[in-house]
Amino acid sequence: MGYFIGLIVVLGALWLGLSGIYTPLLLILATISILLCLILAARLETVDREGAPYARAPQIIRYWCWLIVEIFKANWPVIKACVSANRDINPALVKVKTQCESDLAKTIFANSITLTPGTVTIEVEGNKLLVHALYEEDATPESFAEMDERSRRSVDRRATDGNEQVSA
Amino acid sequence: MTEVLDIIMAVKPVLGALLCLVGGILAIIGTVGVLRFPDFYTRLHAASITDTSAATLTILGMVLLAPSWLIVFKLAAIWLFLFLSGPTGSHALANAAHTAGLQPVIGRLRGRVDSSGEEPS
Repeated sequence: MGYFIGLIVVLGALWLGLSGIYTPLLLILATISILLCLILAARLETVDREGAPYARAPQIIRYWCWLIVEIFKANWPVIKACVSANRDINPALVKVKTQCESDLAKTIFANSITLTPGTVTIEVEGNKLLVHALYEEDATPESFAEMDERSRRSVDRRATDGNEQVSA
Repeated sequence: MTEVLDIIMAVKPVLGALLCLVGGILAIIGTVGVLRFPDFYTRLHAASITDTSAATLTILGMVLLAPSWLIVFKLAAIWLFLFLSGPTGSHALANAAHTAGLQPVIGRLRGRVDSSGEEPS
């Protein structure tokens, strides 16, 4: 039920922001369209923890802010590689292990890697990710550890399990 | 207080135009990278500059130039959609290439100028 309320709030906010015309007729049409979306989403059975992860919104937004800074930091080497006269790159394929358990956390982690310039996730198998990197020296397992830990904490609730795994 | 507001209103369009310009330059740099890099996978990296920083800076510039909050909301929605769909598309491309058996160029490429990605003989 909570997922439905979250979805209604998000769809309503989206409609109000995109429309800009608030006459009664259009508001009624908006209500109808939101209800139609809800019925379709319920029939598709996508309204669950993955389809409407709004309960974890504060954590995900915090993770997002951290990710934006990381993305901008990672842009510099790639921009330099693009424009430098001496094309000095060192591409490599790297296997990265992830601690993320849920599919949503894995998706966020893999997409974060792809979004960061210089690394692209090629394949996800179980808890291993195949990553293509522009610089082999930048793509050590340690460099992904913080992103892995943060994306896991932002979606998967159990922080204590992860600490045990780290110490083990 | 009103003076500070006036200064902000005067600086805002200039700053917005500047950010749009920087974003455009970054998009061109990304394109240059796509043309210069040796193989498919490295070209994806160059394209991700256009996906991330160029798009962000251009949209930020447009936000500063926007006449109303509705436009700002729409630009924010576009930005969010770009950041959610961009990596998904990149991953789909890379995964398709990998599944099809395309082998990436591995190892340091210093000063090689041929664009085919083959070892110069």
